[in-house]
Amino acid sequence: MKELFILAVVTVFTLLTYYLVEPFAHSQMHKHVESEGFAYKDLPALTKKGDAARGKDLVMGAGACAGCHGIEVEGMPAPMDPVTAAQSYGVNPPDLSNAGAVFDPKFLAALIKNPAHALMVEHKFDANKGQMHPMTSFYGAGGDLDQEVADMVAYLQSIAPKAEELTPKMAFETACGRCHAIHYPYVKDGEAHPAWTQIGEKPTFKKKQDALAFETKVLDYQDALTKYMGTLPPDLSMYIRSRGEHYIKTFVENPQNYLKGTAMPRVGVSAESAEKIIEHLEDVGDSKRHMREEIGKNVMIYIIIFAIFAILWKKEVWKELH
Amino acid sequence: MAHFTKATSLHDWLNQRLGIDTVRRVMATEYWIPKNINFLWAMGMVLAITFGLLLISGIFLLMYYQPNVATAFDSVNYTIMQEVGYGWLWRHIHGVAASVVFLIIYIHMFTGIYYGSYKKGREMIWLSGMLLFVAFSAEAFSGYMLPWGQMSYWAGMVITNLFAGGSLHADGLVEWIRGDYVPAQAFLNRFFMLHVLLIPLAILGLIGLHFGALRIPHVNNQDGEEIDFEAEAAKYKAGDKANSKVIAFVNDFMSKDMMVVGIYLIFFFYLVFYHYDFAMDPVNFDPANGLKTPAHIYPEWYFLWSYEILRPFSTDVGLIAFAFAQVIFFALPFLDKSPNAVPASRRGLFKFWFWAMLIDMIILTAMGKVPPEGLFSTIGLYAALTFIGLWIALPFITKFEKKV
Repeated sequence: MKELFILAVVTVFTLLTYYLVEPFAHSQMHKHVESEGFAYKDLPALTKKGDAARGKDLVMGAGACAGCHGIEVEGMPAPMDPVTAAQSYGVNPPDLSNAGAVFDPKFLAALIKNPAHALMVEHKFDANKGQMHPMTSFYGAGGDLDQEVADMVAYLQSIAPKAEELTPKMAFETACGRCHAIHYPYVKDGEAHPAWTQIGEKPTFKKKQDALAFETKVLDYQDALTKYMGTLPPDLSMYIRSRGEHYIKTFVENPQNYLKGTAMPRVGVSAESAEKIIEHLEDVGDSKRHMREEIGKNVMIYIIIFAIFAILWKKEVWKELH
Repeated sequence: MAHFTKATSLHDWLNQRLGIDTVRRVMATEYWIPKNINFLWAMGMVLAITFGLLLISGIFLLMYYQPNVATAFDSVNYTIMQEVGYGWLWRHIHGVAASVVFLIIYIHMFTGIYYGSYKKGREMIWLSGMLLFVAFSAEAFSGYMLPWGQMSYWAGMVITNLFAGGSLHADGLVEWIRGDYVPAQAFLNRFFMLHVLLIPLAILGLIGLHFGALRIPHVNNQDGEEIDFEAEAAKYKAGDKANSKVIAFVNDFMSKDMMVVGIYLIFFFYLVFYHYDFAMDPVNFDPANGLKTPAHIYPEWYFLWSYEILRPFSTDVGLIAFAFAQVIFFALPFLDKSPNAVPASRRGLFKFWFWAMLIDMIILTAMGKVPPEGLFSTIGLYAALTFIGLWIALPFITKFEKKV
């Protein structure tokens, strides 16, 4: 009985100290932000039902999207290589093949109408001061603006892969990969994936000249990006450990929550895509998590059996000591 | 030369050359421990096991770690954590054990303080234990530098800056310690050497001294009773184990130790697999960047109390208070003037001193982590003053303690 009392005292003081230096101290150091579940409540809901065929005409025609964006699934490559594009616009405009699957439809509509507003970078791009966002607003092709935008969104959704076809890697590349590198290669489902740079996967080269030429392109791209963003966006290899899931999600949902005035835009991913991006960050930064859970179970069983034998041994030895 | 006969067995062969029977008797079967003890007496074995886990996991990590500022971070977070088979497991064991070992050290220390196990011939046990505490602290700090993350770098910056001595401006000494103006390659290399060679050697030596220091005064017991070990051992050897006040180190004491170790390991491996974050600060998963100071720089939890004794004061006063906190525990056996080597509960004012010290150190620990602003600064200041005040009061309250 006395020993249990002593154990209780030790446990209480240990847990008290733990509570104070971990949950309590961190609540004092970091602002807690609740997720809105990627609802983007500040953006207006889509009221019109879009027509993909009309949307296609707008995207290819009056919308002039293809002037800057490639649409690989439609056989349309990007008009410029990534480095030239970044030197022209600051960042390489995304290929639109997956946009309808990765981004929230409400966000896409708002983006087409007013990019700086949807991206939450109006503090950086103020049209009244002549600071134009590199993506121009779509003011309509003569008809009902809301209907036209809904049509364009419907078109993007019609060419995009289905939710189950969109891999975590695709979600990451479309939403994050033109600004953020991940320099850790990783293996998933037996398939090896090379490191990711802002201009794509890092290929293996036979000749050093080719490797250096690629490296130069990456550095040129990063220079343009740094000029555009103010600083080079960080490599995300270990972000799942350094920031954790909750921070990443709430930050991506609204970067201004944590860093008022940051140049990082709200990227407008859907809730499902956010999950996939997290999964991708886990694949590269915490690739052994499944093994850890598996082995953890077995080790716990083994140790509990060990403890039972240890207790039995003690009882046996101490029988004649009492 | 000794006389050797033809050995009758391997045991006999070894016994003639190494005296293994004698060693076994002296070190194990006739090494007497009081029977009146509780599970807190097993903390020594728990520490030995945890140190073993640190040593073994450390050896595996050492095979892949690269002490180079350009590759250290990735060698830990990519090579060890993702490429090497079970590298993640060794790292999590190493990281969690490094934190948990201090929890056990503190429990072990406060057990010693509570039961008065630093007095009446047990001073060397206390002093060698305190040297171990210092060596473990240096080992923990040097190890924390190795992943070369943001917290490694900035903790290295802050702690080495302390050696400038405030107004003394001994910047030359700081540069000499770092081998550079800022933590860089020379710094990483020397802390690597300290972590994997010099300090572990010192720890092994000190563990030997700590065990040796126990031999003559013997282990204390739950009631501070003075035991005639020879008479009680004779009773035990005569077969009256039930009435003897002593037990043999092996198997009697060892079986109880292993029971505690077994339960402890459940807790330990639960942390390793399911709750490792507390021991591996997220900030340190950002690579070191000398141009980007983190918003909050704080040491690991086990250094927070002494860090908070440094923080609330002006630079020079803070450094003096910090130096005081680092050495004052060494003086415990000499500042405690009471002849009573009994549990604190039977020692009048010392009972309150003990709990006040424990709670004050927990408050200091908490305040050492939160940002030093407003109310937290005030609490931290008073807790630091209380810490110093308690040590000044100790000789007085123990001098007038009634003999029990």
